[in-house]
Amino acid sequence: MNFDLTSEQEMIRKMIREFADAEVAPGAYERDKTKEFPIEPFRKLAEMGIMGLPFPEEYGGGGADTVSFAIVVEELSRACGSTGITYSAHISLGGAPINLFGTEEQKREFLTPICTGESFGAFGLTEPNAGSDAGGTQTTAVEKDGQFVINGSKCFITNASYAKHLALTAITDQKDGKKEISAIIVPTDAKGFKIIDNYEKMGLNASNTTELVLEDVYVPTENLLGKKGEGFKQFLITLDGGRIGIGAMAVGIAQAAYEKALQYAQERKQFGRSLSQFQAIQFKLADMALKIELARTMVYKAAWLKDQGRKFSKEASMCKLYASEICMEVTSQAVQIHGGYGYMKDYHVERFMRDAKLLEIGEGTSEVQRMVISREIGC
Amino acid sequence: MNIYVLLKRTFDTEEKITISGGKINEDGAEFIINPYDEYAVEEAIQVRDAHGGEVTVITVGGEDAEKQLRTALAMGADKAVLVNIEDDVENGDQFTTSKIISEYLKDKNADLIIGGNVAIDGGSGQVAPRVAELLNIPYVTTITKLEIDGTNVKIVRDVEGDSEVIETTLPLLVTAQQGLNEPRYPSLPGIMKAKKKPLDELELDDLDLEEDDVAAKTKTIEIFLPAQKEAGRILNGDLSDQVKELVQLLHTEAKVV
Repeated sequence: MNFDLTSEQEMIRKMIREFADAEVAPGAYERDKTKEFPIEPFRKLAEMGIMGLPFPEEYGGGGADTVSFAIVVEELSRACGSTGITYSAHISLGGAPINLFGTEEQKREFLTPICTGESFGAFGLTEPNAGSDAGGTQTTAVEKDGQFVINGSKCFITNASYAKHLALTAITDQKDGKKEISAIIVPTDAKGFKIIDNYEKMGLNASNTTELVLEDVYVPTENLLGKKGEGFKQFLITLDGGRIGIGAMAVGIAQAAYEKALQYAQERKQFGRSLSQFQAIQFKLADMALKIELARTMVYKAAWLKDQGRKFSKEASMCKLYASEICMEVTSQAVQIHGGYGYMKDYHVERFMRDAKLLEIGEGTSEVQRMVISREIGC
Repeated sequence: MNIYVLLKRTFDTEEKITISGGKINEDGAEFIINPYDEYAVEEAIQVRDAHGGEVTVITVGGEDAEKQLRTALAMGADKAVLVNIEDDVENGDQFTTSKIISEYLKDKNADLIIGGNVAIDGGSGQVAPRVAELLNIPYVTTITKLEIDGTNVKIVRDVEGDSEVIETTLPLLVTAQQGLNEPRYPSLPGIMKAKKKPLDELELDDLDLEEDDVAAKTKTIEIFLPAQKEAGRILNGDLSDQVKELVQLLHTEAKVV
């Protein structure tokens, strides 16, 4: 048993922490208001080789492990939730399925630009009637003369406006009344492919969330990602990795809220003492520190299992579920400790609370995580 | 070009520092590359990239300093040398460190040696100039600009806020002042490669030095934290009374006049 980070992981943490403090945090407040995508921090992250962090070096990746990925997501999210989710989706939803299921040619063509940061990574799964319930999928891809003709729409797709291509799921066949779902890589500049970026969100305002509309979009059948009919299975494997990212994001946002609350409690004086000298506030802060520590440990464990090549679905769901729920609690308590000031945007903690809510929803709601865990423990 | 960087591992003075038993508590302290030495590493990498050659980072200290050397390698230095004196030297000083470094460097044909202007812990600023003295090469401290053309070097150095332009030649030792450059973040490929880069560990024996050769010339009598800053006081009353009171306080309380 060893809880120490490796020297690489430690160096990555130091580097990304300094970067996040200097380059990401200062604009976070403003971007939340203007909804401006954090393109400048990402240009620098690309220069530093972070955009392809866990992917093989032969495709321009960094060859680092999942623990390092979790560290980077946590630190970016601590500075700015929108930057954190953009990065997490880029790696674990955009790059990972191509790395896991792509052919050699597909990796060269589609994974390389993701690693270099030339393209952001995105994944088109969710539809108005389908997400974790794949049966509701309505997008179709009909094979015709060596091409797929794709029709349908997707919703809540992260990063698509900044992606040069993305994988999406579509019905490729029906057998015994059961839909056969496959994943297909589609260039975003294909004729008939429209990306709409006009959601009004509760939080994560600077991240790019889009609707995709596909009308007779033609792509060659070579763009099939992985095996025909295994699109949903592949997607479940992809999401296992993505959940580690969401867990790490939750730890980062909770850490940011806790740090702000602790600092405020030490500075703010009421009834002649600082807030941190009142036991009611001390206990809140102690609970926050405890929950964050547990959540981070669970995120690291899931990431470590993945790095060992072991089964990690249950742990990924556990870390995502636990971290996102404590993140909501911690950010809410951080606002509480700030009192009236916490409700004001200037004090940042209300942003953390708004950003946190998505984590209980995206990449499988808390309820779906409980379904996954129940199945894993044999219910 | 054969470039050497003198690097020191120091505690982070932005973190809380505590003292116990006359020593600075190392438990819980954060350790970093001395910030001025980071400028030195960055400058060395830039000079190498412009003129070719190799950057070797050297430190004198204990096993723990490997982390800081690896970070310099991750930034882009080519090689690192740790002279580990943990077992041989109990209380070293600036003489100890400069003697060891100069012994190491004397047959290395260094063209350029860059150090930090000062370490943020001890703050003596002596080691680098002493090394130059022992190697019998010119040195320029607190530089903010370095231009190399063949063996001619043009330097701008900071003199208490003013600038002084100096021309000299290689081989040369310089120390970096804030403003010389903006140290880079180590890149991910840099970090991943850092472990594979050569890091030599030496002891005094390897340099044909005995403990007596490097014994400290100074003795630290006491280490203490600066006095707690107390709230200021505003004097009231008639101006001439205030002046009288101020003079008296400076005399009896502050004991400065």
